[in-house]
This record gives sequence, C-alpha cells and structure tokens, in this order.
Amino acid sequence: MRNPNEIVADALAAIQTSPDLPTLEQVKAAYLGKSGQLTELLKSLGAMPADARKTAGARINEAKQAVEAALKTRREVLQEAELDRQLAAETLDVSLPGRGLAHGGLHPVSKTLARIQALFRTIGFDVATGPEVETDFYNFTALNIPEDHPARAMHDTFYLQSGELLRTHTSPVQVRHMQTHQPPLRIIAPGRVYRCDSDVTHTPMFHQIEGLWVDESVSFADLKGVLADFMRNFFERDDLPVRFRPSFFPFTEPSAEMDIGCVMCGGEGCRVCSHTGWLEVLGCGMVHPNVFKHVDIDTERYIGFAFGLGVERLAMLRYGVDDLRLFFENDLRFLKQFN
Amino acid sequence: MQFPESWLRSLVNPALDTAQLAHALTMAGLEVEALAPAAPPFNNVVVAEILSAEKHPDADRLRVCQVDVGEAAPVTIVCGASNAAAGLKVPCARPGAKLPGIEIKVARVRGVESFGMLCSTKELGLEGAADGLMVLPADAPVGEDFRSWLNLDDTLITLKLTPNRADCLSLQGLAREVGAITGAEVRFPQIVEVAPGIQDAVPLQVTASEACPRYLARVVRGIDAQAATPRWMAQRLERSGIRPLLAPVDITNYVLLELGQPMHAFALSRLNGGIEVRLARPGERLELLDGQVVELASDMLVIADAGGPVALAGIMGGRPASVERVTVDVMLEAAFFAPAAIAGRARRLGLSTDSSHRFERGVDFGAIRQAMERATQLLLDICGGQAGPITEAVAELPRREPITLRLPRLTRVAGIELDADQVARDLAAIGAGVERQDDRLVVTPPSFRFDLAIEEDLIEEAVRLFGYDNIPAQPPAAPSRMLPQDETVLADDTLRQMMVDLDYQEVITYSFVDPAWETALDAGARPLLLANPIASQLSAMRTTLWGGLIETLRHNLNRQQARVRIFELGRVYVSLAEQPMRLGGLVYGDALPEQWGAPSRRVDFFDLKGDLERLFGHALDARSGAHPALHPGQCAELWADGRSIGWIGSLHPRLVQAFDLPAAPVLFELDSLALARRSLPRHAALSRFPQMQRDLAFVLDVHTPAGELLAALREAATERVRSIEVFDDYRGKGVAENQKSLAIRVVMQDTERTLTDQEVDGAVQKLVDAALRQCNAPLRV
Repeated sequence: MRNPNEIVADALAAIQTSPDLPTLEQVKAAYLGKSGQLTELLKSLGAMPADARKTAGARINEAKQAVEAALKTRREVLQEAELDRQLAAETLDVSLPGRGLAHGGLHPVSKTLARIQALFRTIGFDVATGPEVETDFYNFTALNIPEDHPARAMHDTFYLQSGELLRTHTSPVQVRHMQTHQPPLRIIAPGRVYRCDSDVTHTPMFHQIEGLWVDESVSFADLKGVLADFMRNFFERDDLPVRFRPSFFPFTEPSAEMDIGCVMCGGEGCRVCSHTGWLEVLGCGMVHPNVFKHVDIDTERYIGFAFGLGVERLAMLRYGVDDLRLFFENDLRFLKQFN
Repeated sequence: MQFPESWLRSLVNPALDTAQLAHALTMAGLEVEALAPAAPPFNNVVVAEILSAEKHPDADRLRVCQVDVGEAAPVTIVCGASNAAAGLKVPCARPGAKLPGIEIKVARVRGVESFGMLCSTKELGLEGAADGLMVLPADAPVGEDFRSWLNLDDTLITLKLTPNRADCLSLQGLAREVGAITGAEVRFPQIVEVAPGIQDAVPLQVTASEACPRYLARVVRGIDAQAATPRWMAQRLERSGIRPLLAPVDITNYVLLELGQPMHAFALSRLNGGIEVRLARPGERLELLDGQVVELASDMLVIADAGGPVALAGIMGGRPASVERVTVDVMLEAAFFAPAAIAGRARRLGLSTDSSHRFERGVDFGAIRQAMERATQLLLDICGGQAGPITEAVAELPRREPITLRLPRLTRVAGIELDADQVARDLAAIGAGVERQDDRLVVTPPSFRFDLAIEEDLIEEAVRLFGYDNIPAQPPAAPSRMLPQDETVLADDTLRQMMVDLDYQEVITYSFVDPAWETALDAGARPLLLANPIASQLSAMRTTLWGGLIETLRHNLNRQQARVRIFELGRVYVSLAEQPMRLGGLVYGDALPEQWGAPSRRVDFFDLKGDLERLFGHALDARSGAHPALHPGQCAELWADGRSIGWIGSLHPRLVQAFDLPAAPVLFELDSLALARRSLPRHAALSRFPQMQRDLAFVLDVHTPAGELLAALREAATERVRSIEVFDDYRGKGVAENQKSLAIRVVMQDTERTLTDQEVDGAVQKLVDAALRQCNAPLRV
C-alpha cells in the first residue's frame, strides 16, 4: 500500500497549482473520485487484517480530510478570483448617459398659472372657468360697462362675425359663477383673454387670472392683505414693497391698482420699471353693487372683492423674460429653458 | 393730460417738490405717467441784441457781430448763422456756459476773438426750426437770463386719468384736487362778468334739449383775429401739447385747459340766420375743421343754421363757419352736452378731440357761464372788440341728489374705522355739500363730479382721500373649509404633467389661426370668423389644435430642431355654447433623442398610440376611420363610452406637401374630459392559485384588424380568463400571402382553486371557435 502521506503531499501540490475550477475538479477526481488514489487505497483495506485495517483506515481518512480541506480552501480562492474577473469584465462606463426618452416641459405661462393657482388654493380659493367666446352681456353689461361707456374704449375688443366677442378679461367668469353659486364664494378664474392690439408689449392673446371673494365680512383691508400676501409668496420675498393706488374699473368700487417694488432693480429704478422703482401688477377692488344686482346677490348682506392679474407679466418678472412675444412663438429653445 | 407744473402751482402751491407732488397725485389716483423738463439743462444764456453784423475778414460764411448782452459795453461774437443781422434779439451763451453737448469758451475764430455763442433752438435743445439763430420777440429784455425769462425751469407733467375723473381734465379741477389731498390753499382764477357793450345776439333754438340741456352763445364784434396771442398763454398751451394757431382759437383752447369747458368760436358772418341745436337729419354732411367730410348719423348732435349743420356738437366745429385770420365778428359757444349724447360718436368717426374727450366724461354744467365770461374777457383783452349779451337756453340739467353715506357701512367696506369728521372735511374739500346726521353723512355732489351717485361712490372717495396706503393690509379671517377634490377627474395640471413625463414640450398657440389652415385640415370646417382680426392670417377661431401644432413644428424645423414632441391643452371654438377643451399632440423626427445606447429610428404611429395608452392607463378602443387631415391607412378614431373622443394618425401626404414639411408628423387630438375621467379603483380578491397560460396563433386575412380578433376573443372569454393580449404579428414564410398570423397569449386563473387541464382546454376551445366563427381565423398549424 502506498503511503497516504505521500499521496496527500502530491494532492496538495496539485491542488495548490490548479489554475482554475475545472482543473481543481479534475484533481479532486484523481484523488477522491470513484477510482481516485485515496478511494482505491480505501478499497484495498478490505484485503487487510482487521487490526491493521483499523489503523490504516484511520490514516486514509485523515488523508482524505486533509485533501478535502485543501480543496475547499483552494475552491474558495479560485471562486473569488473568478468573481473578480467577472466583475471586472462587467464594469460599465457609468459616466455615459442613460437610455430612453428625454423629458418634456411645461410652458412658462402654464408654470406661472399653476404656481398662482397653488398659492391661492392654500387659502381656499377654488378654480372656476368660463367660455372665451363670450357675449356682450357677460363681458361688459353685467360688469357695469354700458354701451358707449368710455371704459369700453379701453378694451380693444375682437368681435366675431356671428355677433359674439372674444372676452377681453376673465371677469365674465365672476358673473357666470355668481349666477350659479351662492355666497360665500372664493374663486380664481384663469384663462386666455384677447385684445385687438399687437406690438412689442402687447400680444392679441394673453392670460389673466381673475379672483373673487364674496362673504359677509370682506373688506378693502382684507383685499390688501390677500394680495400683498400673494405677491410676497409668488416672488418669495417677504420684504417686497407693495402699494395700492386709487384707480377706476366699472365693476369695482373702490378700485385700486397694485404696484410692487421693482423685482429687477430692487426699487433703484431701471428700464423695466421705467425708472420709477415700481411695477404695476394688477387691478382690484370691491365688487360694485351693480354687478351684484345683475346676479341677485344681496348687497347689504354680502361684500366682495375682485382682482385680475396678467399672467405673462408675472412670468416675465419671475423668470426674467424681456420680450412678451417669445411666449407665443413657441421656439423650443426658449421653452426648454423652463424645464 | 399734459400741463406745465408752473401753471398748476400758480393756482395751488403745496410745500412739496416736483417728485413729492407727483407722488401725491399718483397716490390719489391721478397717475403721473411722465415728468419731463420743459428744456434740457443749460446755463449762462442771456437775451441779447445784435447791434451790428459784419462779414468776417477771412471767412465768407462767418460774421463778426457786436452784441449787447446787457452789459456796459457790447461784446464781439463770431457767428456762422446766415440770419444773423443787426437789430435781432437772440439767445446768447456767455463764456463758461454749458449747453447740451458743448461748453462755451472764449475762442479765436479765424483770427478774431469771440466772446460767446449766438444760439439756435437746436443748440439749446429746444424745439422749433433749427435753421439759423433763434429769433426772440422785439420786446425781449436784453441782458435777462434766458431760462428765467422763458420760464424754462418748468416741468411738464403728464397724467393718465381714469375715465371717471373728468373733473381733473382742467387746471382748475386739478388745483381743487391738489388742495383736497395736500391741504394747500387753492386760488381759483378770478372771473368777472363782462358787461355787454352791444346788444347783438344770434337767435337760438335748442330742439334736442335732452342732449343739450344748456347752451350759451355770445356775439363779439370788431375783433382783430390776427392779434398776437400773449406769450404766457402761448407757452401754457404749448406746454400742454396744444399748438397756438390764431388768437380766438387759442383763447377757447386756453379756457378748455384752464376750466375744463370746451368752447367754440364761429365766424359770425358765415352763420346763416339763427342757430339750432338738434340731431342730424338723414343725409346731412359736414366738412369738419380738419378737412374731413363726414356723413352724419341721426344720433349725432349738431349745431345748425338755416343752411344746415355748422358744427358737430361737442366734437369738432365745421370748416365753413370757422374763425379765420380775417374774421371780425364771432359767436362764442359754451354748452353742456350730455355725455350720453356724445359718447361713442367721435370714435365712430375715427375722431378723438379734446372736446369730445371731456363731454363724453362729463363737463361741469354749473360753471358754463363762468367759462363764457372768462373767454369773453380774454378775447376783448387780446383781440379787442365789443361783446353782446349772453343768450342762454336751459332745460333739464343733470341732478345732484343728496347721497347718504352710512359710516358703519364705510367701516365695514374699508375694514377700519375712519374718523367721521375727517371724512366730512375731505368730502367738503372736493366740493361736495356735506351734512352730518348721527352715524351718517348726507352728501350732495358738486356739478363737476359725474362719478358720485351712490353710497359706494362716496365710500371710494372717502377711502381715496384717507389714502389707500393708510388702510392696513390684513390677512382675512374666514371659516376654514376644505376644497372638494374629485378623485375621478384628473386636473388639467395633472394631464399636462403626464404629457411632460412622456417627453412632450407644452406649447401655447393663438386661438385664432389662418382660415386656410382650417380648410386645409378639413375642407368642411366652418370656423367662427373674427369681424376685426389683427391680420387675415389670424382671423379664424380654431376648431382643431393641429394648425397651431403644425405651425410650431415648421417654426422649429426652420430653427434646426430635428426632433419635435409638443402638446397643447386648450379650447377649440365651435360656437358660444360649445368651446370644448382638447388635448392635442404632435411627434416628429426620431423616436428617441439621439443617444449611444439605442438604435435611431423614426417615431411612428405606434409610438404615439403607446403614449396615449400610457396616458389613459389602459388599452384604447381605436378603430380605423377616415379623417380628412390624416393618412387613410394610418389613422384611427378613438372611442370611449360609446362615443368618439378623438383622432390619432399620420398627417396626410397631401398636407405634408401643402405645409412644406420634409416628412409626416404623427398627431393626435382628443377631448380632454374623456382623458381626465377615471374610475375610482375598487379592490377585488387576489387569487392564491396558480395562473395558467396558453399561447395561440391565429391565421387571418391581413386586412382584418387585430382589434376585431381581440374583441371576438374577449367576448367569448369565460370569467376565469384574466387577460388576452397580442404578442406577435407575423407575415411571411409559412403564412399564405394576404394572410397574417397573430400570436395571442391567454392567461386564466380561478379565485377558488387550481384549474384542471380539462377546464383550461375547454375555455381555450371556446376562444378558438369564436375566432373561426367571427373572424374566419383558424389556429395556425
């Protein structure tokens, strides 16, 4: 019988020099396989006398265990090396861009509209809408602007051949909403409006947001509070100066124009604010009793305030856009700047 | 309205500088739109007289002048102006003077020392003819500082007045207002009655007395119409934007600015008999002062004589009876024309005059006589002549009824309590009669205010005079109620965001489009048309969003954008009652942005359809259909709940050509409400048993839509069938020509137990039978 120690020494040498897992498995078979050297040795035990068999058996088993342990260790080493190779082979250039679609974006006017609506929703204003092709009644008469009133000259109205008109402001939505809803009311009405005017600072279509709050105790002080709060939050400037100037709109009284400190120059005076330090941003006022009368709201019980602001104007100030016409040219290079 | 600050300060002079005064006006609702200096800054310029002007010994075009600048000895000045001549009075810049752009020094001009410069208007930065020296009137005081002599340290104030404040369209009205808001004392113009020197009068008849409740006329004979308008008057007119013309006209214009009363002067000799104030008769025409001949409408008020209209009342005088240089006798008119009788007429004739602007808004009917007296006095002072008595016709004038202002109501609207005595004082300061009765004020508005008729008008006035800035801005207190949130309708903003997430860029295009686009996209389109479009290519209200989307594509292709994915959420306009909100989209170019990790290919119908399926969150009921704008073979109508909700398809090749596009975009448009509507999710029990899957291949005619087969299968499916989906569309080897093979995956599952093979086979057999029966589609063998 061959000395098991010699066999173990051979096996360990073979194991150590196995370059990869298949070779290692061959080595395993050569020693521990069905006709492996140690297996053969074991088989030869049967021919031995009983007392010698016991000692030899114990020696062979020790030899087997030594070989198995060496195999296990070597296998782990080789597996680890194999994994390292695999990982190295699978390494990506993670600096390459990802795959698939790009992302789109909202139009800056939509973005601004959404922002305004979100702010007003936080204090309970719901959103109302109305038609853009309107009647003379809703656009003018119900808003206390009778035929031939000089205020109509301020609205360069588009008329349709069919006799209707394109609304010149979002204020008709006030009237329509009050016809179908009972106070208390708190709405904003965003949408397209139209004026027959086109030059560097006017486009024939633009966007307004109308606001209306009708309740039993709403005052001019509240109007100022809501709008100052809005402007400061819209521009995220707690110290934004605001002022209210008397003005005239047929559908509100008292009426006011609201100015904010110029957000471009900080009130120092610049081209945007015509060197006044102030920017006119919206018109507002307490709802005129004649408007309430058209919709059967009791003017003794209810008071309301309304305001209307130009969305493009706020978008221009917020995002630093210096040409109104860019909004409707829809140049993708412009639009993608807001994504 | 533009006027010089100095004129206003001559009537009321608060202790405020120009900027403070402008701020006070703005904050009182009289918005100062512009402040401009009457002249650019310059100094050291005096009134001078040229004593002699000799040719320069060494220069043909230069003259050597001896100039009296008000000093003991004349100074020598070399001058290049061709009109330099002895005896002329001109502005002279002394050495050290700073003019716009230049500084004057003693200089040697071709060997002759020159002590200053004689100036043209241009060199001083003033308006007027620039050729040659500025020639001053003969009475100009030599040696006097030129700026102060011409009152050039003045500011031109331009107000943007709201239509309710007609009372501020005059210096007197503005002075009253400034007095009220600053507390400064107001010195109104002193007007004296002019005693008639002659008894001449023109017979007067006011037929349209409702439109003209007060009319005053006065004859003045023997005037010199060519008399020079005094410099102070001409200067005030000029600085108010009115060019001096002829003294009598200048005088009426001056009274218009000073008192707000539009007046007219007729040439008496051109009036034929008495005059009548009446509405125009059919067919009447009038040649206006500006030379325009207008056709008069029956609602236009005219001043007529026996021969017909001589003036368009309150708007513009007629040319034939206008005052000219040779006019000797005039008839002055001062009237109150009711705003309703004037409003809109001028605009209809394409006119806007200082007169119509005021009458439309309301002229002080209580001060017409003062205006007449004022104009008469000025006319006699400037042009001489003798005045007749005033003839006056008065009918029912507007009423000024007392209005009750409830102080508690004022507090409720303002949001704070205003001091009642202060309110009473403020209202009195604007000319109203005020009487205190407990917690109310009874207020009688003055005749010059046309905007005070109801309690709210007084509330506005009280708050305005108190100062809007003095009202606190307070956050309102209101019951906190939540806003309803309908979970089954997606908000527009959500739809927009879903499109953005699908790699679409939002655009906003005009609601009015080129009518040619409309008819190109649908020959049967009958869009609403604008009566007064800004341009003919913006004259039709869109009935589809596609016109704007295609135009946006073109615009961007022209700017080297090769891949365009855009959408718009907006209305289309069918009629007053029907203006539905639509979502439209357009894709063009590569399916994916250019990238290393995916092969490039053009976007197609199914890319867009996939986007729509993702938007809806489920398979679409898309049926082949015919749309005039779309490729007949790549076009589908979308259906939901038994109605058509939109279209998807490739642009028709003819339109691709017509719009001059290099390739066809794929488009969709749908009713955004149909897209927004969602069902509320409802939980159903999950099965714990395995699902069974069978793949079936059906052979059918290439023209039979897959949707038809799927519909037949789904209809025949038992309730254990969870899904039936197409996973392959094969044509070619192994399948006959004109046929295709659709591979269908069927998934089945029961909630109670594992299905047996027998049950699965039975269910599949039903599907196979249905396919054969309804679509003539056998299993592929």
